Amino acid sequence: MSAVSTTLVGDRKREAGIGESPPRPDGVPKVTGEFAFSSDLWHDRMLWGGTLRSPHPSARIRSVDIGPAMAMAGVYTVLTHADVPGAATYGLEHPDQPVLAADVVRYEGEPVAIVAADHPETARRALAAIVVDYEITEPLVDPSLAEAAPPIHPDGNLLRRIHLRHGDPAAADRNDLVVVEGTYEVGMQDQAFLGPESGLAVPAEDGGVELYVATQWLHVDRDQVAACLGLDPGLVRLTLAGVGGAFGAREDLSLHVHLCLLALHTGRPVKMVYGREESFHGHVHRHPAKLWYRHHADTDGTLVRVEARLLFDGGSYASSSGAVIANATCFAAGPYRVPSADVEGIVVRTNNPPCGAMRGFGAVQTCMAHEAQMDRLAGALGMDPIELRLHNALTPGDRLITGQVVTGTLPVAEVIRTCAGSPSAATRPDQPMSRPGGAGRTADATHVVRGEALAVGFKNLMFSEGFDDSSEARCELQDGVATITCACAEVGQGFVTLAQQIAREVLSVEEVVLAPVETATIGSAGSTSASRQTWMSGGAVQMACEEVRTTLLVRMAAEYDVPVDDLVLADGRVCSLSGSLDVDLTTATIEPVTADVVHRHAPTFPLDADGQGNAHVSFAVSAHRAIVDVDPDLGLVKVVELTTSQDVGRILNPTQALGQLEGGAAQGLGLAVMEEVQVVDGRIRNASFTDYLVPTALDMPPVRVAALIEQPEPGAPFGAKGIGEPPTISSTAAIVAAVRRATGLDLPRVPVRPADIALADAAPRGAR
Amino acid sequence: MTGPYGLTVNGHRHEIADGWVGESLLFVLRERLGLPGSKNACEEGECGSCTVRLDDQLVCSCLVLAAAAADRSVTTVEGLSASHEADGLLSDVQQAFVDAGAVQCGFCTPGLLMAVDDLLNHYPDPDDLTVREAISGNLCRCTGYGRILDAVDRAASARREAQT
Ligand code: FES
Ligand code: FES
Repeated sequence: MSAVSTTLVGDRKREAGIGESPPRPDGVPKVTGEFAFSSDLWHDRMLWGGTLRSPHPSARIRSVDIGPAMAMAGVYTVLTHADVPGAATYGLEHPDQPVLAADVVRYEGEPVAIVAADHPETARRALAAIVVDYEITEPLVDPSLAEAAPPIHPDGNLLRRIHLRHGDPAAADRNDLVVVEGTYEVGMQDQAFLGPESGLAVPAEDGGVELYVATQWLHVDRDQVAACLGLDPGLVRLTLAGVGGAFGAREDLSLHVHLCLLALHTGRPVKMVYGREESFHGHVHRHPAKLWYRHHADTDGTLVRVEARLLFDGGSYASSSGAVIANATCFAAGPYRVPSADVEGIVVRTNNPPCGAMRGFGAVQTCMAHEAQMDRLAGALGMDPIELRLHNALTPGDRLITGQVVTGTLPVAEVIRTCAGSPSAATRPDQPMSRPGGAGRTADATHVVRGEALAVGFKNLMFSEGFDDSSEARCELQDGVATITCACAEVGQGFVTLAQQIAREVLSVEEVVLAPVETATIGSAGSTSASRQTWMSGGAVQMACEEVRTTLLVRMAAEYDVPVDDLVLADGRVCSLSGSLDVDLTTATIEPVTADVVHRHAPTFPLDADGQGNAHVSFAVSAHRAIVDVDPDLGLVKVVELTTSQDVGRILNPTQALGQLEGGAAQGLGLAVMEEVQVVDGRIRNASFTDYLVPTALDMPPVRVAALIEQPEPGAPFGAKGIGEPPTISSTAAIVAAVRRATGLDLPRVPVRPADIALADAAPRGAR
Repeated sequence: MTGPYGLTVNGHRHEIADGWVGESLLFVLRERLGLPGSKNACEEGECGSCTVRLDDQLVCSCLVLAAAAADRSVTTVEGLSASHEADGLLSDVQQAFVDAGAVQCGFCTPGLLMAVDDLLNHYPDPDDLTVREAISGNLCRCTGYGRILDAVDRAASARREAQT
């Protein structure tokens, strides 16, 4: 594909299989307003839930008095930790997070009590009437002090340490090498999905509960919720409500247990919707990180050894920190051949807001650092930065720093070459609004400086380190209509479109119905994260459809006494190649054909004590080239153009793929120059869209697709790799590199703030 | 609580009998009138997901008290295709969003549809910067705006063609 174009779409009515861009099945209800998001739900006799949160990042709770709140008219119940009947804590990797705080609060915004009332305003007033006596304690907010500090949680302050050692540790013990060193920093980013945390719980007659909620993984939610409620998982039935974006922030529980508790206590349906400020406190964020690197290379640019120390702030609870630091460590050196490496990845517990999954999952932070190092190394070598990257680019058959050999496709050089070689369409803006500062019209055209740079991102696809990952799908073909049941959470990415395309492709049907996504009717599909659902659930749907096709053809062969090898399914008909049989699919499937399959990827293995092992399934690489304009006087940046190439395996839906590339790049742009959850003394200072700036249409430049590298990945359905995360990984690194190029400044931190540029000269040397 | 007041939404008259005076227009539309198409992404006037037309003006319905909209005419996303309802068709802007792939999660979509419809009412042939500025009050976290800008182009052409 060349530049972004609008001619991607084929004839949609007939051709809606693989490689086409049929309209998404939820598109029409989403433009008419009929699509029910989790905050749109409504039920007869419904109550409103609310959550009381700690105003302190660290405190002991001496007492909680719910009396005044309980006495208020319209308040149906007020619950605290004492009302949690099952497990007191939950968590994705370790159950270390209280459902409701008991004697200690460990972050600002930690839930302490919940209410159900007849109106959201009544609920708000009831929360204000609850009296909590806190004994404020000194918060632990500096991650570099966490390991030595007294534990703030019974499980200690070290969430995980991985010390990866690869190759000859003495490889760099020579004095003819070029060595570059740098320390980098990444701020805390918020996923900022637009649909706030929300849901509806309805008590059931059998003593169980129905929960309608926006999430990324229904079954793992169900298991955690059931444990906390002390109920058999079969009594906790989750249904996916419309999800207004996720990006990692819906992997952990938020209001799930609270809603169920309130519904079970009151015997009434209860709805809860977080406001935006509450949402900033109600989900995990991208880990802020400090990263130190030292690269050693031969004078011809060949990398000899990479050393790195990565310190990630996990905040107060574990969430998925362990997996995030594993990714950061494994991919710390980028998509380059590195024969010797020593990388220590550490993630610690502090009283800062909890951090966990966000698109890119550990690889975003390290990409910003390893790409800055590659540019620095190119500078020290006097070598072109693109040439340096190409010279060291990984190829299949190479070994990663984890010792794993790349056995699938990995077109690193191809994405670099196509991206770097793509012509730019960027001109000098004639309108002042298009310069840095935008509508403020602050930039003097003669002062604006332009910079251009390229960065490469590298990440695994799917879960790692021996996790038994699977997705279940069922296909039923009756009367010529295929019905697909799969618990894959549609969060906006377009799995619903893909599932239909796959069924049409395999079964040659026109009509594909998608059954409701719920825990009661099918097993787990795993999480909508880690760029895994196209492969895992797409693969499950493909297998289920193929099994249905085989069963049908075998049945028809027996019925009509023809060899099964002679039968094909095409154009909505079952035909024999010899011409003796031609039955339309509707007639052929009056008697339904069903298949239920569980799809697993090839097994992975844990990392050993040296961080070595075949821990990952598959890998993807992407490149971005950024062109930026900078107003050095005010330190304002305007990203003028982004160009990208990506390793995609195979494109299943061009329009949706483009949507992932553009949307991912926007989030990368945000982290580069705008977005940061500002945490001071453990408190979030900007929990609103007024102060936490998400890119608008004026901030986003055109995203030009230089190339989608289609090298089918063995083992993946139709050869397709996941494509959701890479666009977020290399875009940030490319933009900050372009700003460095424009300004000549080191800029070791993202987001780049105006003062980092405008006041750079004023800063004492080495203090930046 | 507040006295009864009337709201005219998408041409239909509604009486609000027992609402609390502090309720926003967004809340009343969503929770009392069964019109949850207008969205609640921030409820602080920053995201545009709650955009509706109040008489001839675009407003963030989260910032308007419902009682203050009494006896004025409110148009929501549910009313956008009203003129096409009989034949089940979408409005030009709605159709363009579906066709262009401008909808991912769709939470920003209703607000954007209102903003784009209004833009095209005033500027039938807007240039790129005009479009970007017109929708810059509508946050979208999924799309990076590329397909949305394409949808605006498509809708503008469709509307111009329909008018010639
Ligand atoms: S909900 Fe009204 S502007 Fe965001
Ligand atoms: S499509 Fe999800 S916020 Fe715009």
